Amino acid sequence: MTKTPSSASPSLYEDKRIISMPVRYLINIVAIAVFMLIGNLIISEGIINRTYTTILLQVGVYIILAVSLNISTGYLGQLPLGHAGFMAVGAYVGALAWKAMPHGLGYMIIGLIVAGIAAGIVGIIIGIPALRLRGDYLAILTLGFGEIIRIIIINLPDITGGTPGLLNIPKYSNFNVIFIFVILTCYIIHTMMKSRHGRAILSIRENEIAAEACGINTTYYKVMAFSVSAALAGVAGCLYGGLQGSLFPSAFGFMDSINILVMVVLGGMGSMIGSVLAASVLTALPAMLQFLASYRMVIYSVLLILVMIFKPSGLMGTYDFSLTGLIEKAIIKIRGGSKNNAKEGQANE
Amino acid sequence: MSKNQKQPVKLVPIPSPNIIPERDVDMSPILEISHLGIDFGGLTAVEDLNMAIGRTEIAGLIGPNGAGKTTVFNLITKVYQPTRGTIMLDGRDTAGLNTIQINKLGIARTFQNIRLFKDLTVLDNVLIGLHNEMDYHLAEAILRLPSYWRAERIARERALELLSIFDMQDLANVKAGSLPYGAQRRLEIVRALGTNPSLLLLDEPAAGMNPSETSELMENIQKIRDTFKIAIMLIEHDMNLVMGICEGICVLNYGKVIAKGTPEEIQANPEVIEAYLGKKKEAN
Ligand SMILES: Nc1ncnc2c1ncn2[C@@H]1O[C@H](COP(=O)(O)OP(=O)(O)OP(=O)(O)O)[C@@H](O)[C@H]1O
Ligand SMILES: [Mg+2]
Repeated sequence: MTKTPSSASPSLYEDKRIISMPVRYLINIVAIAVFMLIGNLIISEGIINRTYTTILLQVGVYIILAVSLNISTGYLGQLPLGHAGFMAVGAYVGALAWKAMPHGLGYMIIGLIVAGIAAGIVGIIIGIPALRLRGDYLAILTLGFGEIIRIIIINLPDITGGTPGLLNIPKYSNFNVIFIFVILTCYIIHTMMKSRHGRAILSIRENEIAAEACGINTTYYKVMAFSVSAALAGVAGCLYGGLQGSLFPSAFGFMDSINILVMVVLGGMGSMIGSVLAASVLTALPAMLQFLASYRMVIYSVLLILVMIFKPSGLMGTYDFSLTGLIEKAIIKIRGGSKNNAKEGQANE
Repeated sequence: MSKNQKQPVKLVPIPSPNIIPERDVDMSPILEISHLGIDFGGLTAVEDLNMAIGRTEIAGLIGPNGAGKTTVFNLITKVYQPTRGTIMLDGRDTAGLNTIQINKLGIARTFQNIRLFKDLTVLDNVLIGLHNEMDYHLAEAILRLPSYWRAERIARERALELLSIFDMQDLANVKAGSLPYGAQRRLEIVRALGTNPSLLLLDEPAAGMNPSETSELMENIQKIRDTFKIAIMLIEHDMNLVMGICEGICVLNYGKVIAKGTPEEIQANPEVIEAYLGKKKEAN
């Protein structure tokens, strides 16, 4: 319908990517494969013992929890306080599905998908009333939801095992399974945020009124971001069940939600690598230094206060890690002057 | 917000329409406002506003501070639902619609107090404006299907093209919040153009700009109208700009229209002079 001036020179933006897309994927896939191989070697060669292996796997689960919560807090700019609730939904639904099905790789994946879908649907149910309103309704509603889920689990002993716990869950969550789901989660979030949907989510955080004036259906995208966040928490919960072999409602309390939130805030809201690092450190440290366990909350508070004073945007701010981006920077540095000449040559053509 | 009451489309005679440019006369106006009014509690911010805007008209809305100009924009874009009156867009009654639907129907706007996505890049700001121009699904984005790459490439090229109107394409990767004031106002216009409007509402686009930036803006507003063949309605206190590029002007004072006409007629209108001079006297 409309015409635009033809004087455009869309050069600057394209020039930043000097590694072509297929090569970027290849580099990342190789890096992931190397990581996975190293992990397997470390475990099979007995370089780290059973306790440390378990801690490593827990780190994986908490990375998924932190990066998924980061969608709601960092990217969407809301403050949900019930992430452990969605984790619980996924954990119990997934564990019950696993127990009901025969053993096998396919059934394991089905269980994880069912767990994610269940938590995602609960996310939609909570999100629609809470997110239609502006303001802090989401914090209050999710806070209540987290507690309600726990009480429901306690009061349905025939299904969930109640307080004594749900036992004999198939222990599917080995290093490879958790590693692949960590990568998958990060990939899904990364590609989502690099799409029009991700930008719509960011625009709501930045300025909701302007987002609406740009024709963005803010309620839809809020609920979408929130339910994707919940669904991934559900998957993490399911992996958690497969790691522990048993589930107890006490593992999904308010403090557990806060625990995940602390990871996101410390790492830097809106930074995936920040969430990954903070989740790793805050899961591994207390587990390794058992004597610190009882002081955990004190240490968290001090850490949070220090970060708020010295780096309010979190340790990594909104920085996004990119392996290929780093390689590109290095190449540009090495090639330096010769590249500029090439650019001028192109412009003259 | 009021419920979606479907009112029958009615043709309202327009008591004294703006001057619709010669080239637009045989076409129906893009926007027709009749008997529009809104009350905030006891305060009537806009009262019995009637105006029509031609399809390729540049219209001005002026008046002293607090006259209700921004409120008119907020009524047109459904930030507020009107207490009285109707707004017809392209012959269609807009009663019961919301801001998002209004934008999709072809009205885009800028804000008096700039509302950019400050922590995002200039390019991302424009791409968000282009959101509804892309149609790939979330699954296509996650699986990175060809449809995703194609839509993103086209949108990026389009965004850079739009930025080039104001010669801003080289700022594509700069954070919007770190731009100078004038550039932020220009970026808001570019972002609004991204939504492919047929009517563009500019709320004080020259505020905070120096004289040379303002005269460049005047040229660019005309250029935008000429290239995109759209209607533009602007609120502005800079009389050089208003008298220089507007074809029809509507003057508001205390929510009421006190004059309508061509720049020449407005400049000669004693009531307008009084509204402005009277205001000046108060200020002194
Ligand atoms: N949401 C609101 N609630 C109550 N009063 C309001 C609201 N919005 C605007 N008003 C009042 O309506 C009147 C018109 O305001 P408006 O912002 O439209 O003025 P304006 O013509 O844009 O002025 P300026 O040139 O200063 O931007 C003012 O008296 C203002 O206080
Ligand atoms: Mg105003």
